[in-house]
Amino acid sequence: MDNNIGNTSDAIDINTVRYIANLIKLRINAEDAEVFSKQFSQIIEYFQILSDIDTSEVRPANENWLLKNVFREDVIQESMDREEFLKNAPDHEGSFVKVPKVFEER
Amino acid sequence: MHQTTKDPLSKYPRYLRKDEICNWIIGNGELMELFNLSVRDAHELLVKKEISSVELTTAVLANIKHEDPKIKAYITITEEHALEQARLADIRLNSKENITPLTGIPYAVKDCISTRGIQTTCGSKILEGYIPQFDASVVERLDRSGAVLLGKHNMDEFGMGSSCENSAFFNTHNPWNLDRVPGGSSGGSAASVSTGLSLFAIGEDTGGSIRMPAGFCNITGLKPTYGRVSRFGHIALVSSFDCVGPLTQTVFDCAIILETIAGKDPKDGTSLPDPVPTYTSSLGKSVKGLRLGIPDEYFQSGMDPGVEKAIQDAIQVFENSGMKICKVSLPHTQAALPVYYLILFAEASANLARFDGTRFGYSSRQNVENVIDLIVQSRQEGFGEEVKRRIMLGAYVLSAGYYDAYYLKAQKVRTLIRDDFNSAFEKCDAILAPTCPTPAFKLGEKKQDPLTMYLSDIYVVATNPAGVPALSLPCGFSEGLPVGMQLIGNHLSEELLFQIGHVYQTETDWHKMHPILA
Repeated sequence: MDNNIGNTSDAIDINTVRYIANLIKLRINAEDAEVFSKQFSQIIEYFQILSDIDTSEVRPANENWLLKNVFREDVIQESMDREEFLKNAPDHEGSFVKVPKVFEER
Repeated sequence: MHQTTKDPLSKYPRYLRKDEICNWIIGNGELMELFNLSVRDAHELLVKKEISSVELTTAVLANIKHEDPKIKAYITITEEHALEQARLADIRLNSKENITPLTGIPYAVKDCISTRGIQTTCGSKILEGYIPQFDASVVERLDRSGAVLLGKHNMDEFGMGSSCENSAFFNTHNPWNLDRVPGGSSGGSAASVSTGLSLFAIGEDTGGSIRMPAGFCNITGLKPTYGRVSRFGHIALVSSFDCVGPLTQTVFDCAIILETIAGKDPKDGTSLPDPVPTYTSSLGKSVKGLRLGIPDEYFQSGMDPGVEKAIQDAIQVFENSGMKICKVSLPHTQAALPVYYLILFAEASANLARFDGTRFGYSSRQNVENVIDLIVQSRQEGFGEEVKRRIMLGAYVLSAGYYDAYYLKAQKVRTLIRDDFNSAFEKCDAILAPTCPTPAFKLGEKKQDPLTMYLSDIYVVATNPAGVPALSLPCGFSEGLPVGMQLIGNHLSEELLFQIGHVYQTETDWHKMHPILA
């Protein structure tokens, strides 16, 4: 079954922008959401030209690339020194990278 | 000054040939011309001991001090490191052992390429101050060859842009006209090579990012075959499009550099195992009988008349050199832009997920109650507008309900684009195309409308989804601004592209022009 691009009346509204922002871990204010909504709708509409192309018999390119099974011997090699790595960590404690709390109180 | 009417450049007094160049002094009168040497010429002088690497590097550094405040090609300049490497190169050159064509040659890299101990920002605030603890493979190879690293070039943030205006730090200016963009995203690299701020540069091309600025700045730039040069240490934008490659003054220099940086790298699973030829040995061979394909779809409308004339003149040069000119068709040309951008949005959004303020880079600490706050705020404050726009669109095209319609569809049409090139290369040996439909536009001209900016990429975006190599070289001027053309070849055809490009640069002088800065 061929997959065609959705109906152009599915313009990208502000709620969709907010939803996407949440997926991608950004926080967008109402004003920016408005601007993005217009820009995204325009860009996605331009891309509708792909729906005119018949791809029913075509395999996706990323399933059919040149190299296959690039392996190496399963031998332990040196990785990065932990001290070196921690130099870039914004916060660390001992040999651990430290971040604010992950779990909420209930 | 008497100007003959036969001189096509008589309207443009700013442009002088390299052998007539420069009456302005910035210090020692003998040093000032060294920064405009090609890699090949510099190597000859170094081996003959007519100059030392320290002299050459000092000349380039002096030129950077003098000109870069106007051009702003550099984010980071590593003066002491460079002079130290130059001293080591001179020891090596004096010992006459283990000398390579790049020993003692000063260069710089686009700031998306990791350099141990040297800030690497990708043009973004989210990596401001980030110092990698390792070198990219391309830098390691150049280091082993004895090349001298001058610093890191400005770029559009995370490679997202065609003008260098999306850098989080500052704009780079086109040395041919400071009100104009240098192109992007390797804008700093191209501007730098065109005006002697480095003898060559290493940039990266995801969808024209080496070729477009090369075209706007009157230099030569190569997007190699995907996988020809290791991407290890290059901060990924679109993993299946990104190609690290050289920006130089000549095709010959491109060939020299590719010999050093190409080859299988165990640290990059997508690097090709094919042996690396001696690219320079194909230079000087005749191109008689080779077929040059002109794609119908590229010459239909929207091209600046000056660009069109320069390309037609170039076709004539190739014909005079004995090449057969033929028409080819790339039927899915219009689809290349949406295919390119859809895959870019998707892959970039995945690649940029790692910038979350936890392990490296900018980390927002104000009013952060939990780890989600940290991640969201760091990204919100660290990423620029174009980056946010593209990664949000990436999330959209990959999200449930839309994945099939957008991302999967784009990957299928991508196969058709690849097939277009395969079919075309049955009829010709290389394809000729403009690099950009217009010469360099003004700073600020396209920034307001993202879609207009995307449309300027029309001639350069099809090659990356297909993985094929493309060489951009100068071919004339339009209203005083450089025009670039591309030679596009089949998979792993860099030797042929160099052979054809070198013939063009033997018959013409465009690549020898340097801008005169006020």
